[in-house]
Amino acid sequence: MKESCLAALAGNPNTGKSTLFNALTGLKQHTGNWPGKTVEMKKGSFQHHGWTCEVVDLPGTYSLTPASPEEEAARDFLRSGNSDAVVVVADATCLERGLHLALQVMQLTPKTILCLNLMDEAKRQRLRLDVDELEGELGIPVVPTTATKGEGLEELKDAIIRVAQGQLQPRPVPVGSDADEPAAALYRRAEEIAARVARGSPVPRPSLTSRLDKLVISPGFGIPFMLALLAGVLWLTLVGAGYPSELLAAAFSRGERHLSLLLNTAGFPRWLHDPLVLGMYRGLAWVVAVMLPPMAIFFPLFTLLEDFGLLPRIAFNLDRSFQRAGAHGKQSLTMAMGFGCNAAGVVAARIIDSPRERLVAVLTNNFVPCNGRFPLLMVMGGVVAAAAPALAGGWVPSLVVMGAMVVSVLATLLVSRLLTATILRGEPSFFILELPPYRLPRVGTVLVRSFLDRTLAVLWRAVVVAAPAGLLTWVLANVSVQGVTLLSHFSAWLNPLGRAMGLDGMILLAFTLGLPANEIVIPILLMGYLSADSLLAVEDLAAMRAVLTANGWTWLTALNFIIFALFHWPCGTTLLTIRRETGSCKWTLLAALLPTALGICLCIVLTIIVKLWPM
Amino acid sequence: MTLADLTRGQRGRVKDLRAHGLLRQRLLDLGLVPGTPIQVKFVGRGGSPAAYYLRGSLFALRRETAEQILVELEGASL
Ligand SMILES: Nc1nc2c(ncn2[C@@H]2O[C@H](COP(=O)(O)OP(=O)(O)OP(=O)(O)O)[C@@H](O)[C@H]2O)c(=O)[nH]1
Ligand SMILES: [Mg+2]
Repeated sequence: MKESCLAALAGNPNTGKSTLFNALTGLKQHTGNWPGKTVEMKKGSFQHHGWTCEVVDLPGTYSLTPASPEEEAARDFLRSGNSDAVVVVADATCLERGLHLALQVMQLTPKTILCLNLMDEAKRQRLRLDVDELEGELGIPVVPTTATKGEGLEELKDAIIRVAQGQLQPRPVPVGSDADEPAAALYRRAEEIAARVARGSPVPRPSLTSRLDKLVISPGFGIPFMLALLAGVLWLTLVGAGYPSELLAAAFSRGERHLSLLLNTAGFPRWLHDPLVLGMYRGLAWVVAVMLPPMAIFFPLFTLLEDFGLLPRIAFNLDRSFQRAGAHGKQSLTMAMGFGCNAAGVVAARIIDSPRERLVAVLTNNFVPCNGRFPLLMVMGGVVAAAAPALAGGWVPSLVVMGAMVVSVLATLLVSRLLTATILRGEPSFFILELPPYRLPRVGTVLVRSFLDRTLAVLWRAVVVAAPAGLLTWVLANVSVQGVTLLSHFSAWLNPLGRAMGLDGMILLAFTLGLPANEIVIPILLMGYLSADSLLAVEDLAAMRAVLTANGWTWLTALNFIIFALFHWPCGTTLLTIRRETGSCKWTLLAALLPTALGICLCIVLTIIVKLWPM
Repeated sequence: MTLADLTRGQRGRVKDLRAHGLLRQRLLDLGLVPGTPIQVKFVGRGGSPAAYYLRGSLFALRRETAEQILVELEGASL
């Protein structure tokens, strides 16, 4: 008798497979309230009664007829016969669709278990299902669960082990098939079974969803509502980031004095002390104190909205614009993910079946600013706001960031249109999107978890990227060749282009050195400006503004900086992801060239217009 | 008549699908087989996309897709 087994979780999109997978294995596969969240198979394992069971989380599919790469992958996996048990996860409130898939899986393998998930929602709709009757009709074990509360997990583990062991031998009841249209025959059988096992008189649909949707996806209010929500989130982020930023800055400057003292007492020579403290430590401090707080606040809020079920509604509202741009309707989902992280947005493009439209989504994802570029916009928003003290307060920077986001969406549409009219021409494929009910996320858990996740990720990047970048910049700023520092050499070289764009060489150099992670651009820039000195200890915006003004900044520079922050090459991680997803250096190069060209052109044109404007 | 001809709140029953190939397969997979009840829940700006209530869940379809689905009208209500 073998002591280990392999079970697969299959099922329709958004039925809670990943949530169940996490509950079974204790892992943290991403979940979200929209169909298509999982695009990669993921493996984990659990122990039960001395058995080790490996579990595979498959992407959601509506059927096993291979129509998309995910379905093909799921089908191949199930057909390979490697799995000792297949769990079909069904939404208990949409039983027919789940049964349709279960019946198909049963034709491939008898070792099938039906898991009726979302039982809490079924109960709320007063929908009762006779599990014994269902087992009889199907001839396979049926386990009701509520994955979010961990209910029914033990029973599910039992069923998996027993089926894998052969103790329990499902005998699927065959379905008479109709050769032309097997789907019709399967659905008819599914309807029959669903009708037979349903008890009680269900209320059709959670009315919260219907009532909210009347606002959220209405022709008149949908878009204003989305904009208002975005403004609210940005405002919360800005106001929320201010205080922790100050605390962190104060803590870091205290830390710096201690560190400096320590190194001096330990007898570190100056040439070692300075790069470590003034380069590395300050680079790290800057990123953590100024860049981290907004990222650690925005991302959890974004996750909350994703979990609530807002993403598919955004796709609904924007579909017309995307259709005009010749893009696939699901591209707005990948774009929304891009606001969180461009690399994640690029991976999410796998939900688009047609290779041509997927490529459009991949190539244009970087046009929206990710979480890492977000504080860049915010700091600049602060600089612009500080220029006119009457406008100070939280809302001017939020408006600046919001304006930038709206512009980035318009650019996405424009460039998609351009691509689909030229090198990526073709017939548009169809667009079908399920709008799941709104689900109240476990707010506390989601906030805490995504806050910690994001904070740890940024801290880690601060250590592996910002600290070395700080060191490198310090070295460049302090090593001289023929009496001029290396940093000045490089920035002088970039200066003509920078000037034409209404920026300067140092700004372009900062963006270049910021390739590994966008959040280090501003620290590098300041360090560059203060060259022979060293990076400003983290202080308030006023000090930073003084440095910028001393280096010839005007409102036009700040505006061009925002434009270039929106439109330049993708960060290193995103580039690698694009390379992996497209399998081509050519497309990766294009993905970098497109936004860069747009950014450079926009800045140059804007600068010329402003210079020619009769004042 | 096609699904695209129904107005908000109207219910219909699927008669047939005009679509072929992949789209036909997809629609069948969602359960749009002959005889299935379907209701228009929300209609976007300019009539596309629209959201339909089908077998217990809500699906958004573009107008061109809705035009591929032949239906017969049933009693209307919201
Ligand atoms: N109320 C309730 N919500 C659930 C339950 N299981 C999952 N959810 C929620 O349903 C949504 C979808 O869950 P996922 O686990 O991402 O679904 P999935 O099947 O992996 O989806 P895809 O990867 O897109 O196919 C999430 O918002 C979950 O929090 C449940 O038993 N009850
Ligand atoms: Mg999933």
